[in-house]
Amino acid sequence: MAIISSAFAAEGEQTTHETVGAGEAHHEGVFPPFQTENFAPQIFWLVVIFGLLYVLMSRIALPRVGGIIENRGAKIASDLGAAREMQSKAQAAAAANDENLRRRRDEAQGIGREAQHKIAAESARQRALAESQAAEKIHAADERIASAKTQALANVEQIAVDAAASIVEKLTGAKIDQAALAKHATSSN
Amino acid sequence: MNPEEAAAKSNPIEQFELHRLWPFEINGVETSFTNASLFMLLAALGVVALMILATSKKAIVPGRVQAMAEMLYEFVAGMVRQTAGTEGMKFFPFVFTLFAFILIANLIGLVPYTYSVTSQIVVTFAFAIVVISLVVVYGLYRHGFGFLNLFVPHGVPLPVLVVLVPIEIISFLSRPVSLSVRLFANILAGHITLAVFGGFVVMLLGAGAWAALAPVPILAIVALYALELLVACLQAFVFSVLTCVYLNDAIHPGH
Repeated sequence: MAIISSAFAAEGEQTTHETVGAGEAHHEGVFPPFQTENFAPQIFWLVVIFGLLYVLMSRIALPRVGGIIENRGAKIASDLGAAREMQSKAQAAAAANDENLRRRRDEAQGIGREAQHKIAAESARQRALAESQAAEKIHAADERIASAKTQALANVEQIAVDAAASIVEKLTGAKIDQAALAKHATSSN
Repeated sequence: MNPEEAAAKSNPIEQFELHRLWPFEINGVETSFTNASLFMLLAALGVVALMILATSKKAIVPGRVQAMAEMLYEFVAGMVRQTAGTEGMKFFPFVFTLFAFILIANLIGLVPYTYSVTSQIVVTFAFAIVVISLVVVYGLYRHGFGFLNLFVPHGVPLPVLVVLVPIEIISFLSRPVSLSVRLFANILAGHITLAVFGGFVVMLLGAGAWAALAPVPILAIVALYALELLVACLQAFVFSVLTCVYLNDAIHPGH
């Protein structure tokens, strides 16, 4: 404890020196910052050094650093501008591409539709042709059937006359005039 | 070594003494190059190294030191613009030099065995006088007698003005004193405190079994040192902000 209290005593002593400004000091016993003979050399060198520093800062350092910052700002701005321009170009190209694609698709659809129409027309034409040919054939066949039928019917008449004549002959033994019978058959028909 | 001797050896005032390294005089005025001048020069060289050497490449993508220089530039530029307005930017080189010099000088002063330039009242007072002279000269040049409006606040009734104007004048006259004493006293007190605690360590180490307690003041020194770093930066900042505030008064004297 003795040591610490003596240290405090020493400190106390020094604080008195500070306030009073008359200590055991090395030069004149004045607290160094208040020694007036120290003022002139400090002010002289302060003026010289600070003056030089001010000139160096205002002439070289600050314009340079300001320039660097300004350049960087300009560079960033121009780079951003270029990027924005590229982006708008890319967007325009994409839009043109979309438009082109759309047109081509329309075109392709048009071609497809046209081909479809052509095919439909062709098949309709062929069907019509086939149908007309078939109709012709049907017509011819009908005619043939009709003629065959009339012929067959004529034959049937003949057969019936023959059969009737032979039946009468067999039953009665009399000869029947076939012409008269046929005439009769036709009139009764 | 007995404690008294140790205490005598670690005199906390000794660090502020001036040693004439190169004594000479001009026209009968002593202009010796002292240890204080040496550290003024070192502080200035530090600023030059930071602001000129580190920016010589003018890199678009800055290196560490150039980034530091740019930060310092933008910090001070922002401070001047905010406090003194765009017109205050004509004092930007002055405020910047002031801030950078005081800051680097304060920081160099924190290195053991160096000299704290700003622990001398004559130095801080010289700065304060330059600032106030600049304010007065520029104010009178810019506004003529209108600068005196500084002492007459707007919209105050006449009877109050009778009291207020002398107060304003006194406060204006005390500005150089408060400006210089604030910086000087902060740096001085910090260095004395550090030296005193350093003295405790020496005394305890020289006092046998008490040496076991020596780490205690060392811890105190570590904490104080952190505080002193803050004070070194803060006082440089305060000095330059107040400079801007006073310059703002010169630019816009009406309140």
